[in-house]
Amino acid sequence: MIDAIDSHLAILLIVLPLMAAPICVLLGNGRAAYTLALLVSILTFACSVTMLDEALEHGVIYYDLGNWHPPYGIEYRVDVFSGFVLTFVSGIGAAVLLYAPMSVRDEIPASKHYLFYATYLLCLTGLLGMCVTGDLFNVFVFLEISSLSSYALISLGKTRRAPLAAFQYLILGSIGATFILIGIGLLYQMTGALNMDEIAARVPHEDGPRTVLVAFAFLTVGLCIKMAVFPVHTWLPNAYTYAPSVVTCFIAATSTKVSVYVFVRLIYGIISPGFAFNFLPLDTELMFFSLAGIFIASTAAIYQDNIKRMLAYSSVAQVGYMLLGISLATPTGLSGGIVHMFNHALIKGGLFMVVGCFVLRLGSVQMSDWKGAGRTMPWTATAWVIGGLGLIGVPLTAGFISKWLLLTSIFEAGWWPIAVLMLVSSLLAVVYIWRVVETLFFAEPSEAAAMATEAPLRMLIPTYLLIGGTLVFGVWTTYSAGIAHAAAIALLGEAP
Amino acid sequence: MSRFPIIRIITKLLIPYILLFALYVQFHGDYGPGGGFQAGVIFASALILYGLVFGLEAIQRVAPPRIIEKGMALGVLVYAGTGVLTMSLGGQFLDYSVLEHHVLTQWHVPSGQHLGIFLVELGVGITVASVMTMIFYAFAGRKHAHDT
Repeated sequence: MIDAIDSHLAILLIVLPLMAAPICVLLGNGRAAYTLALLVSILTFACSVTMLDEALEHGVIYYDLGNWHPPYGIEYRVDVFSGFVLTFVSGIGAAVLLYAPMSVRDEIPASKHYLFYATYLLCLTGLLGMCVTGDLFNVFVFLEISSLSSYALISLGKTRRAPLAAFQYLILGSIGATFILIGIGLLYQMTGALNMDEIAARVPHEDGPRTVLVAFAFLTVGLCIKMAVFPVHTWLPNAYTYAPSVVTCFIAATSTKVSVYVFVRLIYGIISPGFAFNFLPLDTELMFFSLAGIFIASTAAIYQDNIKRMLAYSSVAQVGYMLLGISLATPTGLSGGIVHMFNHALIKGGLFMVVGCFVLRLGSVQMSDWKGAGRTMPWTATAWVIGGLGLIGVPLTAGFISKWLLLTSIFEAGWWPIAVLMLVSSLLAVVYIWRVVETLFFAEPSEAAAMATEAPLRMLIPTYLLIGGTLVFGVWTTYSAGIAHAAAIALLGEAP
Repeated sequence: MSRFPIIRIITKLLIPYILLFALYVQFHGDYGPGGGFQAGVIFASALILYGLVFGLEAIQRVAPPRIIEKGMALGVLVYAGTGVLTMSLGGQFLDYSVLEHHVLTQWHVPSGQHLGIFLVELGVGITVASVMTMIFYAFAGRKHAHDT
């Protein structure tokens, strides 16, 4: 029995949340839907951990849907890299659900709770599907599942701006998805295959024909929109700001990371880095846009009084670090980029959870209302400080590990100016994190803050789970940087 | 529109045939052109026509929004459930071949592939018909709220 389940893990990962979502709708009761969603998300996490373990020990796991073999059928494929992303996405999916009920009760009308949990599970399905599948068209399908459900989730926000923010995201997201679909179509035309390995084997790598160039361009721009890379990030701040707190936690921690994952797959798994970085100058372009994004978005973050919006701009900046790692195309640099996906997911998920705790007690995300809240809500405020240190990249936090790997790799390449720019950019993070710390601890309490009580344990425990994670993985890197390194080696080794 | 006798009569005459055609497209979809998506849309178009002519309240008596909402979920469940069924019979997810000799042997089901695609398309049909109707409700209900 166990063996039978074991051989189906790759598909169970998708089927469990996919089937639980309609069951939530059939149940039609918020509490029952929550229990089911939580149970399923924990099972999903268990599935991904088991698969990651298996992929580390025995190599890549393959699963043919409907017993149709690769060039014709859809193949699911879990290697170390996708196992790593799957694990943290499903882990954060479960942690956010653990955190969710009180915040959801506060921010979303009770009649919509069961629909909320159903949509949440669908979003999780889409994100996991993008990582687990080895079929390029299937990636698009799952991308649409996750995008459509996240538009719906964002529009549930309390203010009337939430539907508008969701609509903005819908327009830009659809443009991105269309570009990706055009790119996939052109690649299919050139190679006659949709399976990633098959395309990689058939596509001409050096001096490719124009169709391949155009396909690659469409895919890159489409994914950049989804990743919220600097010039095409405009959907992100509004979406993160006006979405319900729980949704922001989940989407900020997972959604852009999964797009980064697909982008890495595209460059290293399908179009070789030789084609992208030597034949085309994508590495310098990526580096330029990521540095520009880091600086401009971090500066924008400094000037925000809405704390959710501030963290949203910081997310745009952090995607820059991931891209920087990807553009380096060395084992250290790439593993820095990959591990930053994980570390940033922990940090940003944790920080948005802290914001959710404050929203529950203070009812506001404006800096002025948070004044002095550190005195009445010390545990929540401390979590902010620890998460903030991680975001800056102080030693002994997870943020340090990824920045250290990136810096080492940049030094190896001898790009001193870029190393200096990276260090300066961390100082910008110090500024915006410190502004909040100062407000929390050193200002006269606002009315709301003086009357506030500490956030409930049910929310603090999951918050500290993630925030504590940033400390644990800042010291003990076997399962973060170690796996990321193995993934980077595998990705670089595969490429011809 | 319910005041025009010709439209009323023609609508009432047409709806059974539209529904029948939807079922034909649904169940003949594995031999000829058609399938769950098309059938679902045709089925929903009959409901929507009824709603356009006789009003939102009339159609919601026939197809209450709560039932339609469950229908949206049920279709997905039928689809994924087929996959889980094939898994529990020892095949891969959605490997219809394993349905061959296990299910409904006395009914002389022609082949596992046939039964599998039939179930999956049934799920698609239920969901598409429900979603189409629900979209109609969402738009029609909004206009209704505006008028009053």
